[in-house]
Amino acid sequence: MSNQAVSLVAAELERRGMATVAIQLLRLPAEKVRPPRALLVPFRHGYPLDAPAAPARQRAVIESALRLLEDKTLEPPAIVEF
Amino acid sequence: MGDLNEFTLPVQLFLRAYRWRRIDPVPWTQLRKPLRECRVVIVSSAGFVLAEQAPFDSSVKGGDSSFREIPSEVEINTLIDTHRSDAFDHTGLRQDPNLAFPMDRMRELVLSGRIGSVNRRHISFMGSITAPGRFMRESIPAMAELLKNDSVDVALLVPV
Repeated sequence: MSNQAVSLVAAELERRGMATVAIQLLRLPAEKVRPPRALLVPFRHGYPLDAPAAPARQRAVIESALRLLEDKTLEPPAIVEF
Repeated sequence: MGDLNEFTLPVQLFLRAYRWRRIDPVPWTQLRKPLRECRVVIVSSAGFVLAEQAPFDSSVKGGDSSFREIPSEVEINTLIDTHRSDAFDHTGLRQDPNLAFPMDRMRELVLSGRIGSVNRRHISFMGSITAPGRFMRESIPAMAELLKNDSVDVALLVPV
């Protein structure tokens, strides 16, 4: 449900002119709900940025998300694997 | 990961049968300036609250659609996990809230020049919302309005 909820928020922010990137932990809701930009990560629920107290690993996920924002070749809905 | 196998069979069946809300058409906003000039907000569904804020309420049928504002100067270890779901392991979140509310990572990105700034406030809600009607009608527009008024350029959304 979390995946859907953040996607619904992302859509409204995009409608109002804010660029978004949503982490997604499950392919099923990412494909069904269709957030504008999604980074599909291979981590279990509860661990969306990989691991606790692991700044470098968390930064790596965030950096991948930020790069989606800079990728001018993407078209909506964009689901990209980490 | 990324599939349903991490869940119990009843949860898997629920997720397969669930009527997901399809976003159609899919809106799209391109960056209008470099990230190093952008104001960034975190939107997290991990259910974190400040000590003085009310916890999220797991007794609300269909899910608690409310949200909390988290100020950017928050000390990350003071955030309290009030997400009530037992469908996932909370250990990591409680050890390090950055795992789903990466405030320290955002500050580092500002210092390194990768992003311009972090917004003065961020959004926290509890993602276990199975009936998102009220969330969509009331909470999401309210979040969007305050972030628009804050001149936010970019949102990083983190489910849990």
